[in-house]
Amino acid sequence: MGPRRGPRFVRRIADRLTHAEVEGGDSWEAIQLARHQDRPYPLDYISRLMPDFEEIHGDRLQGDDAAIVAGIGRYHGRPIAVIGHQKGRDAQDRAFRNFGMPGPEGYRKGMRLMELAAKMEMPLITLIDTPGAFPGANAEENGQGGAIARSMLTMLRLPAPTVAVVIGEGSSGGALALGVADRVVMLENATYSVISPEGAAAILWRDAGKAKLAAAAFKPTAANCYRWGIADAVVPEPEGGAHTDPDEAARLLDGYLSRTLRELGALPIPERRRIRRERFRRIGAHRELPPDSATLMSQGADRTG
Amino acid sequence: MPRPARLPGDDRQCPRCKSHFRAEEIRRNQFVCAACDHHFPIGARERLDNMADGGVWTEIGGELRATDPLRFVDLQPYPDRLRSAEAKGNTEAIVCAELALDGQRCVAAVMDFGFLGGSMGSVVGERFAKAADHAVARGIPLISITSSGGARMQEGVLALMQMAKTIVSLDELHDAGLPFIVVLTHPTTGGVWASFASLGDVTYAEPGALIAFSGPRVIEQTTREKLPEDFGLSERQLVHGHVDAVVDRRQLAARLGRLLAILEQPPREAPQSLATQLAQNGTERAASMARALPQLSRRLRDRVMGEQSQTRRPGDRW
Repeated sequence: MGPRRGPRFVRRIADRLTHAEVEGGDSWEAIQLARHQDRPYPLDYISRLMPDFEEIHGDRLQGDDAAIVAGIGRYHGRPIAVIGHQKGRDAQDRAFRNFGMPGPEGYRKGMRLMELAAKMEMPLITLIDTPGAFPGANAEENGQGGAIARSMLTMLRLPAPTVAVVIGEGSSGGALALGVADRVVMLENATYSVISPEGAAAILWRDAGKAKLAAAAFKPTAANCYRWGIADAVVPEPEGGAHTDPDEAARLLDGYLSRTLRELGALPIPERRRIRRERFRRIGAHRELPPDSATLMSQGADRTG
Repeated sequence: MPRPARLPGDDRQCPRCKSHFRAEEIRRNQFVCAACDHHFPIGARERLDNMADGGVWTEIGGELRATDPLRFVDLQPYPDRLRSAEAKGNTEAIVCAELALDGQRCVAAVMDFGFLGGSMGSVVGERFAKAADHAVARGIPLISITSSGGARMQEGVLALMQMAKTIVSLDELHDAGLPFIVVLTHPTTGGVWASFASLGDVTYAEPGALIAFSGPRVIEQTTREKLPEDFGLSERQLVHGHVDAVVDRRQLAARLGRLLAILEQPPREAPQSLATQLAQNGTERAASMARALPQLSRRLRDRVMGEQSQTRRPGDRW
């Protein structure tokens, strides 16, 4: 499990959440909060955290994907790169943002910014909030899978500190494409999962209506992700959720981010990259059979033909 | 391991050309239809037996087994699913091994669709990472033959994170200067296609394999698009520029061996001091002059002997 140093309030809330036994009902509640239509999106945090912000557009290949916002801003007196999944707030805006589901051109726009961050040794913050990458024939033909994979690899190799924040729902590879950072943190009511509950219900229960059951089975809450070592910290939200007071939500996030970036910035680049690799290398739950009972040497002996 | 009474590919009809085959016949043909070249699914261990020189391979990470971190229950508890998958003869959805292909040593990470749809959970991620570690330690290339429905739902977000874990391994290979070769087989979808499977330095695909991030059913449900029949298949992925070649399974081992031979680095020489280099250059100059001597004398003799010597047949020796 990753280092848990952080502001005292972060640790306190994380401990509270970790010790609470989370049931399926709470998972569903968390998912509703994570998807609340008034919940702050990346541009809401950006406008509060960095008044000077320059957004970049387009992947220089195919087009501009509004489901991903990317740009540079000044944060506590230094340049910083920010990439996030942007959902829309009303019907028209939602369609424009494609419900926060990026295509490959969105991830490639992100990679453009990552390359700038690498050149300038600028820190990168990603703000994750997506039901998943867009499932469409065009996206497939333009290399959706490869774009997600390359985005992870590019992010992993960045020299400067990187922090990924799950601010809403983090679902599937579409979320993880922006999630390979030194520190991965989740807002109190955010969720992080292998797939959206609706998608899981359709696949595992063969009934999209079983989303509540799926949510209960996946237990995608911040508390559980912290327990599994997926999240390094849980950042508290204002009472009732981030949507009740976006200013306060941004202030709480600012407290964690500024401190963490300072901490990470103190490490030399090779050391930071080594720790980042190890962080992801460690994640998983498996067991090892004692050597004598395992088939270690299967030199054709397992031939079933 | 006990030999299963019947293999999945036993004694069946080719879905494409409707030819019937006896079990032995189709196994000898590496589970490819002899009439129409349709590629049947093949287990990871059989594939290794077929491909490795002399059928010899040494498993890496075979001691790793799955756990149930989420105590996951959908229509069936996860441990029950694992047990019934193991009963079919494999221990996980990936088998990693060191082997030789046409004399080229390499590490292969071969996925098995027969084990829970080839889904990538913690064990697949860890075995892949161990295989990459082994390749780096031995200084040999890594090949991955993929076949997967994506991340293993039953391990939730821990399964998702295995995507990032495989990316870390590719970064290690990158720093070690070792090639990573991918062979996509039917089907390679979801989190596997969106992680290591799409990052091959060279990428082959078996004929007719479905390669996609979102499967056709999901796309049709979400966007109500009508997809062409060959959507996402290898041949179409070749046209769209996502694979380098479509390779028949029966040619695969030889093709990979040739590729590895092309990529093989000459043994690295220790850096030399300037004095040694100069001395060596001098020696080489002297040696090359010595080698040229017989030719010089021959030319001289030609001139002296005139036309007579020019009539000699090629291959005549002096």
